Amino acid sequence: MSRFDPRRLRREFPIFERNPGLVFLDSGASAQKPRQVIDGIAEFYRSDYANVHRGVYALSARSTDHFEAARERVRAFLNAADEREIVFVRGATEAINLVAHSWGPAHVKAGDEVVISDVEHHSNLVPWQRLCQRAGARLMVAPTDATGEFDLARFEALLTPRTKLVAVTHISNVTGALLPVARIVELAHGVGALVLVDGCQAIPRMPVDVQALGCDFYAFSGHKAYGPTGIGVLYGRFGALLAMPPWQTGGGMITNVTYEETEFQEPPHRFEAGTPDIAGAVGLTEAINFIEGIGREAIRDHEAALTGYGVDRLSRIPGLQLVPGGQRRLSILSFNLDGVHPHDVGTVLDQHGVAVRVGHHCAQPLMDKLGIAGTVRASFGVYNDDADIDRLAEAVEACREMFSR
Amino acid sequence: MSDELRELYQDIILDHGRHPRNFHALEHPTHLARGHNPLCGDRVTVYLAIEGDRIADVSFEGRGCAISTAAASLMTEVLKGKTLAEAQALFAQFHATVTGAPPEDVPEALREDAERLEPLTGVKAYPARVKCATLPWHAFEAALKSGRAGDTVKTE
Repeated sequence: MSRFDPRRLRREFPIFERNPGLVFLDSGASAQKPRQVIDGIAEFYRSDYANVHRGVYALSARSTDHFEAARERVRAFLNAADEREIVFVRGATEAINLVAHSWGPAHVKAGDEVVISDVEHHSNLVPWQRLCQRAGARLMVAPTDATGEFDLARFEALLTPRTKLVAVTHISNVTGALLPVARIVELAHGVGALVLVDGCQAIPRMPVDVQALGCDFYAFSGHKAYGPTGIGVLYGRFGALLAMPPWQTGGGMITNVTYEETEFQEPPHRFEAGTPDIAGAVGLTEAINFIEGIGREAIRDHEAALTGYGVDRLSRIPGLQLVPGGQRRLSILSFNLDGVHPHDVGTVLDQHGVAVRVGHHCAQPLMDKLGIAGTVRASFGVYNDDADIDRLAEAVEACREMFSR
Repeated sequence: MSDELRELYQDIILDHGRHPRNFHALEHPTHLARGHNPLCGDRVTVYLAIEGDRIADVSFEGRGCAISTAAASLMTEVLKGKTLAEAQALFAQFHATVTGAPPEDVPEALREDAERLEPLTGVKAYPARVKCATLPWHAFEAALKSGRAGDTVKTE
């Protein structure tokens, strides 16, 4: 197993210099930024910044080169077939809304069905719920089983020729379960449905190859992958993107405009109205360079080992209930402490210098299914090590003692 | 453990959080309102039985963290038997205390009740938790305003 030294890597993150002793276990919400990303953005603004795709002057051409180079960088990172399949958006939420608003009404009609899993983040649930409401379609929910594993048999039973889209997460942001996306795609394509994958939690921590997965859309946010906020990516199979009308309209996405009508550019520019987050794309390039510098296999192995250690360590704490995450859980552990509300746990952990997320994690229907108000969630990044998990476990123990006195 | 944390989770808070008082529905409430904190999913329903301008009985139900449960429990204890004007004076004082605003003047007769709410002032040091302490009070206020009620008051 290839491992690297997270302690040494941590020095690449200025936040840990400014906040000594911080145990940051909330990378699932947003990852911290390495110097390479912070400096890369600043350097771009200092040296090469101008608006893109407009100016005939050299500086604008240079800025455009950076922006389009970022697109190519993302293409290679995802192993997409063509860089025109990479649409820059604000984040995964906007990526999913783009598909729901553009592809959705053109392809989902009354009586059709959209299938999601029961571990979706609200961002991969609400847009489909709204689309179905508007179209008179039905939203179907494929369940995970009691062990937290996605139930392929029950999923398959939901698929019919009425199924137009399957929208699933790659890794659950609550349970950490890795969904069998390639098999899901195979089954969905079997009934003629397209597949959108929410890759927010997978992109920062494992190799992702959209052609191997076979999915039609893949969405992720830059900020969860050590990049800046405000930039994200929608990968769309070129054929799928071509069949989609524009969503937001305006400058930068047209070929010809008269008062009567407008001709639109081809993808991806058709979907990038207005000035994009140029520096964000540059920052995302640096984030990808950072991830590739370590290696995605190495990151996955590191975080899988941390996850195993975390499960082992937390399971020993009496009264601690881990939310099941299946056999292939990666980097995310949700739990509850008997008789103690997650918010109280979060406050006590914070006082011990341990930053975790508490609450419903934008997955209220899943909380309802589990019969809980929320969870405490620890999620890992490249800078975490076993000592961080020990600090977490010690703080949880202290919390347990405090509330049982 | 830090002093701030000890201040927040005093024994009396932990006790009321674990064993909330007046934790049941009223059979014939004249007023009720639900409070909801969408941030954490905490829910509280406050029941009031008002006779004239006096709170004859008050109770609550719901699920929440130790802070919001203890705040609701202590609230029901101090509100029982108060006039509406007294109740509002106590809320104003409490709200000012936990948000760090300049203290309101409390009539001499209510000073003891205001002191009973003091264990909750530890939330001042935790801005993210102030809403936990004020949620039941906002629900109480909503119950008064909405008459027989059914409105949900949100902290957001």
